[in-house]
Amino acid sequence: MKYKSQKVAYMFFALSMVLLLLQIVYGFIMAFAHAGYDGLHEIIAFNTATATHKNLLVVWLLSGFMGAAYYIIPEEAQRELVSVKLVLIQFWSLAIVGVVAVAGFHVGWWEGRKFLEIPRALDYLVVVNVLLFLGIILVTLFKGKEKTTTAMVLAMGLFFAALLYLPGMIWFDNQSMDSFFRWWVVHLWVEGVWELVMGGILAFLLIKLTGVDRELIEKWLYVIVGLTFLSGILGTGHHYYSIGAPKYWLMIGGIFSALEPLAFLGMALFAFAMYRKGEKNHPNKTALYWTLGTAIMSFAGAGLLGIAHTIPQVNMWTHGTLVTAMHGHLAFWGAYAMIVFSIISYSLPLMTGRKLYDTPGAHYAFWLSNIGMIGMTTAFAAAGVAQVYLERKVGLDFMVSQNALHAHFWVLIGAATLFTIGIIYYVVNFFKHGMPTDEALIDNK
Amino acid sequence: MLSKNQARLFFLGGTVVFFLIFLALSVNTVSSGIPKKTHSENITEAVVGGKVLFDENNCMGCHTIFGEGAYYAPELTKVIDRRGEAFVKGVLSSKVPWALHGRKMVAYDFSEKEVNDLIAFFKWVNEVDLNGFPPEPDLKK
Repeated sequence: MKYKSQKVAYMFFALSMVLLLLQIVYGFIMAFAHAGYDGLHEIIAFNTATATHKNLLVVWLLSGFMGAAYYIIPEEAQRELVSVKLVLIQFWSLAIVGVVAVAGFHVGWWEGRKFLEIPRALDYLVVVNVLLFLGIILVTLFKGKEKTTTAMVLAMGLFFAALLYLPGMIWFDNQSMDSFFRWWVVHLWVEGVWELVMGGILAFLLIKLTGVDRELIEKWLYVIVGLTFLSGILGTGHHYYSIGAPKYWLMIGGIFSALEPLAFLGMALFAFAMYRKGEKNHPNKTALYWTLGTAIMSFAGAGLLGIAHTIPQVNMWTHGTLVTAMHGHLAFWGAYAMIVFSIISYSLPLMTGRKLYDTPGAHYAFWLSNIGMIGMTTAFAAAGVAQVYLERKVGLDFMVSQNALHAHFWVLIGAATLFTIGIIYYVVNFFKHGMPTDEALIDNK
Repeated sequence: MLSKNQARLFFLGGTVVFFLIFLALSVNTVSSGIPKKTHSENITEAVVGGKVLFDENNCMGCHTIFGEGAYYAPELTKVIDRRGEAFVKGVLSSKVPWALHGRKMVAYDFSEKEVNDLIAFFKWVNEVDLNGFPPEPDLKK
């Protein structure tokens, strides 16, 4: 750690860890309900559980991105954050809005709009919070000595992520219009600007972990984020096949969705090429595992499983089934959860001065969570394909086909248990590091 | 070999070009595509009332509509065609959790006006042109 104010990242990462654990609890509630055990129905109905599960994901990932930005920007800009006091205000308001939103879902204070269930009144607070965050980051960056490509790409990703939240706040009487603009937020986040955030963090980590020349890494960063937007923007079309939008989206969405894996493939090849070129003597192997892991798993989950579902001829049958859950889980895990884990694994020992990488617990965390998530994805795939066949091809009643899927949900619960053990190892290892300290500062003169 | 400046140009140029194409298509979709496909002139006060209820109760948190939502309860886009109005009214006004084949739905106990609004909403949804979704089961005997 080079600057005292980088320590604030710790709070955001700690919040991420707590919300992630809570997210997993709600995942289990849903999996048991799918397997036929909905004992909590009266207290936490399925729609409460799913809203909580999805929004906790969004909030903990955003908290992780914010922590990443607070850690990376001072180091790249070569100066302290402009105000630690403002960061503290921003942190606590984020935590409070998050908790109020989740509590609200349990008493029916929400909007029934997938991923954007947070009610409008709270949306305005989210906007104020994010503006404060952006203000701190951008002012620090522009007052800094250097404006590196890595920092600019990261800041640009965060800026556009904030901007794109706005179309989701407009009310439409027409369900199709509502859906059309909901995807402006959700799709252009996860298959657009969040990839800039991911690319920026990845570039920072590769520079630090491999020792390869910054100019080379940043050149390829431009190419990869360029490919992301080239495919991802018009790739939004794959959400418009069957919501009452014109037919031309089938062709446009189909073609550009087919290009989307290229950006992820580029990212994976890039990460490995830089690793091979690098010095391979950085002691923090755990951070390296997560960094290379996120490059592979995002290609598998977001890239390959994405295209497996977005080809129009396939999507006609799989749209609105558990096949979506298959793609969704590995994509979010591979691209976004793992990049947050990467930056935490890298920065935590530097903030706390405790070098707990290469411990058995750190390795168990990596392998168990990844193997568990692959197992979960496979269970969702089996359930999804069976559902498509029984319900869509053979024409069985929805619930008759659902009752035939219980076995797949038991497999899901088993794999999720493995995943959870891995996550618990990670969280325990996280808190074992203790608090960040100024004693961990290294002389940067 | 590609220089960093060329790479930056590829990123910025590509993003601007593709975003403008996306914007143009979106304008077309919003101004004429969706209104025509959804028969937006048929969106009455009752349909809007139904949509508000659909949102307020997070129906999408279990069901799908236009294939969007959660995968815990049946797709509702063609529910009027599939089940008929009387059946749907029965489900919506049930005072105990509806649980056909075992899986429970929250007992909403909607008033008569609310039920009629939701039915109007589903009837409107039923007529939206979804480019062939959901497809007819092709292995049905």
